[in-house]
Amino acid sequence: MGTQKQVVKLDAATVRFCGDSGDGMQLAGTQLTTTSAIVGNDVATFPDFPAEIRAPRGTLAGVSGFQIHFASKEIYTPGDEVDALVAMNPAALKTNLEGLIPGGLLIVNAEAFDKKGLEQAHYAKNPLEDGSLDSYKLISVEMTKITREAVAELGLGQKDADRCRNFFAMGLVFWLYDRPLDPTLRFIENKFGKRPDVAEANRKVLKAGFHYGETTEAMPNQYIVDRAALPPGIYRSIMGNQAAAWGLIAASKLSGHEIFYGTYPITPASDILHELAKHKNFGVMTFQAEDEIAAVTSTIGAAFAGKMGVTGSSGPGIALKGEGLGLAVMMELPLIVINVQRGGPSTGLPTKTEQADLLQSMFGRNGECPMPIIAAQSPVDCFYVILEAWKIATRYMTPVFVLTDGYLANGSEPWQVPDVADLEKIDVKHPGPLSNGDEFQPYARDERLARPWALPGTPGLVHRVGGLEKQNITGNVNYEAMNHQEMVDLRAKKVADIAKELPPQTVEGPDKGKLLVLSWGGTYGSCRTAVRHMLARGESVAHAHLRYMNPMPANLGELLKQYDNVLIPELNKGQLRLLIRGEYLVDAKGFNKVQGKPFTVSELIEAFGKYL
Amino acid sequence: MSTDALPALPVLKAADFASDQDVRWCPGCGDYSILAQMKKMLPSLGIPPHQIVFVSGIGCSSRFPYYMNTYGMHSIHGRAPAIATGVKVANPDLSVWVITGDGDALSIGGNHLLHAIRRNLDINIVLFNNQIYGLTKGQYSPTSPLGKVTKSTPFGSVDNPLSPLSVAIGAEATFVARSIDVNIKHLSETLRRAAEHRGTSFVEVYQNCNIFNDKAFEYLTDRNTKADTTLEVEHGKPMIFGKNRDKGIRLNGITPEVVELGKGISEDDLLFHDEKLEEPTLAYLLSRMRHPEFPVPIGVMRYVERPIFEQRLHAQIDEAVKKRGDGDLNKLFQSGETWTVA
Ligand SMILES: Cc1ncc(C[n+]2csc(CCOP(=O)(O)OP(=O)(O)O)c2C)c(N)n1
Ligand code: SF4
Ligand SMILES: [Mg+2]
Repeated sequence: MGTQKQVVKLDAATVRFCGDSGDGMQLAGTQLTTTSAIVGNDVATFPDFPAEIRAPRGTLAGVSGFQIHFASKEIYTPGDEVDALVAMNPAALKTNLEGLIPGGLLIVNAEAFDKKGLEQAHYAKNPLEDGSLDSYKLISVEMTKITREAVAELGLGQKDADRCRNFFAMGLVFWLYDRPLDPTLRFIENKFGKRPDVAEANRKVLKAGFHYGETTEAMPNQYIVDRAALPPGIYRSIMGNQAAAWGLIAASKLSGHEIFYGTYPITPASDILHELAKHKNFGVMTFQAEDEIAAVTSTIGAAFAGKMGVTGSSGPGIALKGEGLGLAVMMELPLIVINVQRGGPSTGLPTKTEQADLLQSMFGRNGECPMPIIAAQSPVDCFYVILEAWKIATRYMTPVFVLTDGYLANGSEPWQVPDVADLEKIDVKHPGPLSNGDEFQPYARDERLARPWALPGTPGLVHRVGGLEKQNITGNVNYEAMNHQEMVDLRAKKVADIAKELPPQTVEGPDKGKLLVLSWGGTYGSCRTAVRHMLARGESVAHAHLRYMNPMPANLGELLKQYDNVLIPELNKGQLRLLIRGEYLVDAKGFNKVQGKPFTVSELIEAFGKYL
Repeated sequence: MSTDALPALPVLKAADFASDQDVRWCPGCGDYSILAQMKKMLPSLGIPPHQIVFVSGIGCSSRFPYYMNTYGMHSIHGRAPAIATGVKVANPDLSVWVITGDGDALSIGGNHLLHAIRRNLDINIVLFNNQIYGLTKGQYSPTSPLGKVTKSTPFGSVDNPLSPLSVAIGAEATFVARSIDVNIKHLSETLRRAAEHRGTSFVEVYQNCNIFNDKAFEYLTDRNTKADTTLEVEHGKPMIFGKNRDKGIRLNGITPEVVELGKGISEDDLLFHDEKLEEPTLAYLLSRMRHPEFPVPIGVMRYVERPIFEQRLHAQIDEAVKKRGDGDLNKLFQSGETWTVA
């Protein structure tokens, strides 16, 4: 047996796995996430992968990482800094070391630090030997050797054997944070059950890692992070894109309208397509179109014919959809448009996050072309924004933008699974048949200014829609000056009036004071954490997180005036700030970052502090 | 949507398919004739107007849906095939028509046209080919002949034109046909067969734009020349043409040639049309025959059946429901690893 270990209790811990894209780091991270969630921690994750599928092995371009933050309290971010870093090769060490706290635990795969590995990472000297890592607790493990030994008796090829190394790293980290192996053992069984030798190898290596932790003298401490006090219920872990897909499926069921999802593959939105395509037994129609223009226009066709039309993409694809969205606005058809934002412009940073498409959603179409916009604030929230978007789309007969981002899309967190019976039904109406003689008016309006959603196939309702300006009520083409004025005003009013039915904007913290932090979208977690931190210190700061980007809640203008300063942190050059200044004439300040990364809590605290 | 429950429909007339909107094409435009033939032909299908959807893009031709008393969408330039795809997938019971122009279908919308055709949805695409951009007042189009002088090509166009039918065949079309606006019986019959065919039917209609490209097809419509310049293909029949029906098309190796009958050449030496051939070689060969070297073929060049996109798509859904049962949200939410917080 090994030495007597000291058990240390922590509130929270942050671990980052990093290695080559082929090293299985995403899998390691996901397993630690699920396991931590199952033991009752609150969890937040940040997967970070390269744009290239398989950059040459061992290179800096090929490094893939997965950060996970687990805690015995409520948390909203994957953590600014890392307590334990697992680096599978020199390239991973080089690109990830910055995040490790001084004195943090650094676990490396020793054999990867050979001449070739060091060269590929552009290390002149071996960092394991030159003293440059002295401020960390370095644990250099011969993972390859131990892994091969552990599976020796199974007669696996060397390549197959080496592929199990990530399970060694997992085992070691699981021991370090006192996590059970069962969920991962179950995972192995499910995933590799058809190849019993591989399954057995992974099991053995996982246990070898765990055992290594138990026995090595290099790791004198074991850490425990107790369960968090979460509301009772059934939980699961969910990623943003998965939540969005499930939100669509739920909205479809709740409204009795089958999904038509027209899309064209693009990172980081493709996983919505992949997820939906699995669930055809919900009546889901997925259509991989020839391009994003066909994606949106086929969706418009399906919406015209009565389906729940949804199209999803990221910035470059949304740019292509612009003309189609204008058509949907003109024809006043319900549609959901999901933009999983990524770094731009152009192809930009496909795998990195950014919030720079807000103005594109607002104004990225010709003419006066208003569309409601809702932004998700967390991976789980991607589920709920979709339900709201579909409700708005069908109530008001309008396409609706849903903004998420790469960080939310791939991040995961525990979700308290709702009981379907508790979810609000989405009531959607279609006019019934008319008999001969009764005239149907396709652009007649209800109290919300919505026109009827009349479906082809219904006797007596034949009508034509299109992109030419319409006459109100009749829907006939009309080019008259005053008609155009009326219709432009009407479409604007219809969308603006959605604000009447939106819940009022809330704030956390005092309802007046020195500083209001106004954030939106995926920065919710870091902003909320930073503001709470400052509130705990007694600072005069409050936080409002905007969900309805267009129209904005009716009370927002008043609310902004209650503070000496309004600061808008955004992962762009100040897009919400431009809207807020324009709309409310408030001299809002910005804190802006465009590095393809989320905000850290510490940089926010520093930025907020300047206004206090 | 089923119409079973409805009382038997009265016999429909062409007038039942006319909307109350004023037609705004230039007087003398070939579009009028196509509209008239469509309205005349539709009653023969026995499909009530509310089960029909016309989808168009942008162009003079694309105004068509406004004039039909059916469901319709006048959409955006080039995208009608994609929109029709969504309509048809959403409701396979509808009879879906795409009305498009040579610019709409082959310039801006070329991509969608290819993909709609290769998917083989059960829709009908009618391309009004006037070899010009009508609505934008007379620029050359992808079907304008080389050297064509137009507003945008005052010194003659230097673009090679393409043949819509060759494009369609290259995209694996299961039905391709050509007709002419003023050849009304032929046009009506061609549209009827397009409607009857299961799968994507692609019909090119030569259409005169009397404002910007007048008489582009005069050689095919002039009473004195048309018999010698047109080859009306019919399934199972030899390819004969000419005022005196004394000329034919024969295959020389793999190249067609015009031959005179008599003088030792009989009907049996000619190419016989077969629209049902699995391989599209013959249809392709016809699609390449151009004036003045050859008579221009009109009629149905290819008519085969292949699996249909929307049927396969829905079959997968039905199969999934059969295997896994109707989707259950609670089950979905609790699939995979879950845990309970007490
Ligand atoms: C995106 C876009 N680009 C350009 C136009 C302008 N435009 C309208 S119709 C047309 C060409 C139409 O030609 P064709 O399809 O041959 O139809 P025709 O008018 O000849 O029937 C063009 C270029 C447009 N409406 N939309
Ligand atoms: S411009 Fe040409 S195609 Fe357009 S309506 Fe006039 S005649 Fe017809
Ligand atoms: Mg044209």
